[in-house]
Amino acid sequence: MNLHELVSQLIIDTKGSVSGGLFSLPTADSSLGVFAPELCLCATIVLLLFIRLFKGGSKVDLFWVMLIGTGLALVASSPWKHLGSHPPLPGSLAAVTRMEIFTGMLVYDPFTVYMRSVLIGFAFLFAVFTKLSGIPDREDGADIYTLVLGSTLGMCLMASANHLLMVFMAVEMASVPSYVLAGMLKGRRTGSEAALKYSVYGAGAAGVMLYGISLVAGLLNTAHLPTMAAQLAERLPGMPSGEIMVLALGGLLMMVGLAFKLSAVPFHFWCPDVFEGACAEVNAFLSIASKAAALALLVRVAIGFGAIPPVGIEPGSRSVAQQHAPNETVSLNHSNGGLFALADEGEEPTTASQSHTGHAEGGDEPNASAAAIDGLAASRTFMAKLIAFLAAITCTFGNLAAYGQTNIKRLLAYSTIAHAGYMMMSVAAFLVMAGDAPLQAQDAIAALAIYIATYVFMNLAAFAIVAFLRNAMHTEQIADYAGLIRRCPLTVICLSLTLFSLVGLPPLSGFIGKFAIFASLVDGYEVSVSAGHPAGFLMVLLVIGGMNTAISLFYYLRVVKVMTMEEEPADRPPFVYPEVSLQGAFVWLVTAPTLLLMLNWNVLSEWAHAATLYLLAAA
Amino acid sequence: MLDPLVLLSLIVFLPVLGAVVLAFVPSGKDELARYITLGVTLAVLALCVIGFFGNGETEFDAAEASMQSVFNLPWIPSFNIEYYMGLDGISFPLVMLTALVCVLAMGASWSITKHVKGYCILFLLLETGMLGVFVSLDFFLFYVFWEVMLLPMYFLIGVWGGERREYAAIKFFLYTLVGSVLMLIAILMLYFNSDLREVAKISTLVQDEAPVVWEDLHVSPDVEARIGRVITAEDSTRPGAVLALMRTGDSNDHALTVRFQVAASGQPTASLDGHVVTVNLSADHATAADVVKAINGTEGVSSLVHATALAGGQGLIVPADEVELPATDKPVHTFNLLALAKIGQHTECFNDSLLFGWSLQRWAFILLFIGFAIKVPSVPLHTWLPDAHVQAPTPISMILAGVLLKMGGYGIIRICYPICPAGGYELAYLVCLIGVVSMVYGAFAALAQTDFKRLVAYSSVSHMGYVVLGLGVWSARGGNLYNADYWNMGMQGAMFQMIAHGISSTGMFFMVGVIYDRVHHRDLNKFGGLFSKMPVYTSLAIIIFFAGMGLPGLCGFPGEVIVVFSSFAFSPLLAIISASVVILTAGYILWAVQRVYLGAEYNGPHEEALVPSTLRENTIAGVLCVLAVVFGVWPYQTLFRYMDKTVEAQAQDLTDWTIDHEATAAATASGASVTRLEALEENGHLSPAARQFIYDGASNTELANVTIQESPPVLEQQQP
Repeated sequence: MNLHELVSQLIIDTKGSVSGGLFSLPTADSSLGVFAPELCLCATIVLLLFIRLFKGGSKVDLFWVMLIGTGLALVASSPWKHLGSHPPLPGSLAAVTRMEIFTGMLVYDPFTVYMRSVLIGFAFLFAVFTKLSGIPDREDGADIYTLVLGSTLGMCLMASANHLLMVFMAVEMASVPSYVLAGMLKGRRTGSEAALKYSVYGAGAAGVMLYGISLVAGLLNTAHLPTMAAQLAERLPGMPSGEIMVLALGGLLMMVGLAFKLSAVPFHFWCPDVFEGACAEVNAFLSIASKAAALALLVRVAIGFGAIPPVGIEPGSRSVAQQHAPNETVSLNHSNGGLFALADEGEEPTTASQSHTGHAEGGDEPNASAAAIDGLAASRTFMAKLIAFLAAITCTFGNLAAYGQTNIKRLLAYSTIAHAGYMMMSVAAFLVMAGDAPLQAQDAIAALAIYIATYVFMNLAAFAIVAFLRNAMHTEQIADYAGLIRRCPLTVICLSLTLFSLVGLPPLSGFIGKFAIFASLVDGYEVSVSAGHPAGFLMVLLVIGGMNTAISLFYYLRVVKVMTMEEEPADRPPFVYPEVSLQGAFVWLVTAPTLLLMLNWNVLSEWAHAATLYLLAAA
Repeated sequence: MLDPLVLLSLIVFLPVLGAVVLAFVPSGKDELARYITLGVTLAVLALCVIGFFGNGETEFDAAEASMQSVFNLPWIPSFNIEYYMGLDGISFPLVMLTALVCVLAMGASWSITKHVKGYCILFLLLETGMLGVFVSLDFFLFYVFWEVMLLPMYFLIGVWGGERREYAAIKFFLYTLVGSVLMLIAILMLYFNSDLREVAKISTLVQDEAPVVWEDLHVSPDVEARIGRVITAEDSTRPGAVLALMRTGDSNDHALTVRFQVAASGQPTASLDGHVVTVNLSADHATAADVVKAINGTEGVSSLVHATALAGGQGLIVPADEVELPATDKPVHTFNLLALAKIGQHTECFNDSLLFGWSLQRWAFILLFIGFAIKVPSVPLHTWLPDAHVQAPTPISMILAGVLLKMGGYGIIRICYPICPAGGYELAYLVCLIGVVSMVYGAFAALAQTDFKRLVAYSSVSHMGYVVLGLGVWSARGGNLYNADYWNMGMQGAMFQMIAHGISSTGMFFMVGVIYDRVHHRDLNKFGGLFSKMPVYTSLAIIIFFAGMGLPGLCGFPGEVIVVFSSFAFSPLLAIISASVVILTAGYILWAVQRVYLGAEYNGPHEEALVPSTLRENTIAGVLCVLAVVFGVWPYQTLFRYMDKTVEAQAQDLTDWTIDHEATAAATASGASVTRLEALEENGHLSPAARQFIYDGASNTELANVTIQESPPVLEQQQP
């Protein structure tokens, strides 16, 4: 392979086609083509920073730039096109199967589409929310929006990471702006404390994670996740115990970094303090976007350690095929995503090239993966148990600790921790099923996707109401909400619905997510029983999850009780809270899905299932 | 004319619509809100009466045992969840009771003066939840309605209740939530173990004499397609179902094509080539009946496809037609309650052993039973009830006692026993014991109360014990004879008791509420002499209380006495204890009547407030009294008539199950010819008459031998 070939491969990978000169537009199946939403975000960031340099730029309300930028990004990711009932035909340029882009650093598949739509969609709603709550004023709007978009960009990369280096970089890219956001309210001691605590914790966790990555990558000679899985599958059965120790240690250390992002117990200590110190807007961002991205990353890493993804297509291969005569077989013989893999290893690993040299259009997986998936059984079981254990203690601890809170933001922080626990459960079920029933395993991730979608609206509504009430009442203590139903009944009803939805009571949408996740646990147990290695811990997890639902009732209900059943304090300072206003409309808008989704959540369920289609190779 | 979809949806969701309308009523207009709510509850009652007694399509047919007014629409296909409702003899009386009690309770709600609009909205949401539970036939839908009723109830107790309302409300909420979480676990376990393909194998789809009548399950067409059943139409322009094709055999991992071709003449023939079945039709033999003959009569083909002619078999098959029967290698899970019952009774799906070696049926039974027993409530899970009842405002107490408790009993009879018969069989004594303990404990606790409302609350615990006992008597065997009569009796008694208790306890709570509104206390020792001050009220109250006591001629009597009779066959000890509870009941009710209504003078506070009851109060109490008398004097004509067939059919189903179960167990124990017997049972070849013949007089130890020797000739006789 000479330099010219290498460069032309790189160009095809990036732009989809060598012809057409430097400034031709990238094709729809090239790395740049499918990276358009992220590019939109980048462009918006640049615009936000530069617009003030020009004359009259300071008069522009940057909110609109942010809104249009995220809106365009959302259109570019167009989940309705890729996940809806009529996705593009499998062979067409725009069809989403699985494609490793930018020489294997990232992966573009329906799950990427789904997660980044959730993240960008949330950023869009977040822009509206902050505009209404008035936190970024004209002065610091650019800073806040830039930080939020930068962080969102990092989260999109987390959701599509396919390489351990990318995992680390994406986590950092998402985290560093968050540290600043936590201390956004200048001159407030608690805000500064929160930011400091967050960044110190974050830096520590990142360091530990990087150490874990270096151990794993060093042992397996690669940091490219699918190649890692292939390597593991080949070497794990006969691996000497010393290497297994190193591998397990590396895995655990990486898990520390992930657990920090997930705020999983015991790496959750930053969460309540940061939530209390930062403003409610930032809390909404941290509790929704950051968590969703961390879960997506957990799924990616779990697949990297425990399962074989299907063979994807090469970037540009479809457009190249279209340029050539239709009958001619197109063959691109370089290993997809192999540049880094090859560079790392110096020689072409047989399994890696087998499972990742593909030119068939989403073709059937050769037998290599069927054998490989068995080789990974030990690693999968280890991961499943580890995640199940973390999930169990996370949701139990989160719910128990929330009980004693008096500050609504702290309470919601613990609630966030508990929900991370519920959501992690489905990943454990996924790992249990990944070997024996890939289709059902993908359903477990679909359950997670459903949960995330409902969770976005629940938490956004909760934090929005907290922020609007703070603006009116200048307090975030639960006790100060006493008797609010007399003053602003609609808002209290919305907050109550949201909190009940967080408990998981039907007919509210929180139940849908919980139902789907519990169903995946039972499904996982049934699959494991019929495969002959019963995973009883999934049933234990189910019972723990169920009991946690009952425990969580107490503290959510306490807030509702204070608002609806207690008398208004006589010495409450007067405040004005207009219910019929843009704020009120926003609250209703984000509560409506929570209330109405039960009527028909089939669409959501189908999107979620479509999103998980290409996660695993068919057995 | 209303079709079932419109009628049942209206009945269930009309209150929600009413609540939405109420939300737009200005908050000052209390009287308007009350009248709107009363109007909505009356409209629901009217819909029930008109729909089930005067509407041709949905009229309730008491002679029919199976589900009526059924509709089934896909709702969440990715989880096989359906919008699926219907009524039978078990749910119909409860729906009527709910509609009635809601009207009466709303009538009693004029005493509510705080935040009337909010109260009315929550009241209507509660009504939707209750009605939905009784008509849902999809387990998911059932669960949603079950939980929907929780939130309004929490607020109704917590905001409008007595002095310890918040404690009572959260206690109620927590107990029910724990129960429903357990139920959710059981639902998911049942769902993932269920498989409609297994039911199809033993249904009328593949053989004429089969234990399961497929049409009774009301499976929707798109789900049918997934178990390999396709219905062909006459031709594309005139769609009319003429022929049903059903795949047989296990786990077909590829699709099968059935091709119809035109041949020269003669009888149609069928042949198999790879995954294609070719049916040759001739011009004069192209009816569905001919195709059925060809497919079912050809050796190799009939083992793959089973054809059934529809609409008389005279419809014409289109030549050059091709039908694709999909692969059936994946289990088809279901939330269909009727299908789950058949799976539980006739297949092995729920027999896997789980933790402690207990079968799934037993685990599911326990989890579901705990969930329902909390609602009933049974000792020791009853402690939420006295608090909730005492703290709730009068109308809500009426609904709690009149309807909510029935949901527990309904769940047991509709879900626990049919779906998990093995669990019910093994734990029959425990269930009955729980019922009897509740009766005795409730009665003693009621004797000890000084709070009038608490006394009535404990009487509910005691009375609902009869329901649990009646449902639990597994007396499928009277002596050596398999006979469903006792059990049938027990279930009917339990059902009657539920309705009767719905009338009497609603009335008792209302009566307590009426005097509480006047004197604002409930201390039994500070009453007396009300007869002289409020004569009409007292007369009505005494009728209601006597109905609760179980005086013959009033509604409390038939249910209790039938339950006690039926339990004699199961356990004389429990029957004797439950019979003697009547003495305790008489004790606390007579004593309460004496302390409150009789005596020379009133010796409590607020004597001046004891004014005669108003017209509104007399009307509500009067309706209840009339019903108490009518149900007591004409129990068959008014109630038993409607539940008779359904309950009998269910008792018979479960008796058949018991026979199979015991025969298998006996054969396994004696070690002889298990396979033979199992084969017979599995194929459903033993008709009830044959069973009677085989098992009559045979003791358990002889059973297996007798079966082996006698069964072949019997089989030939039974299947001409």
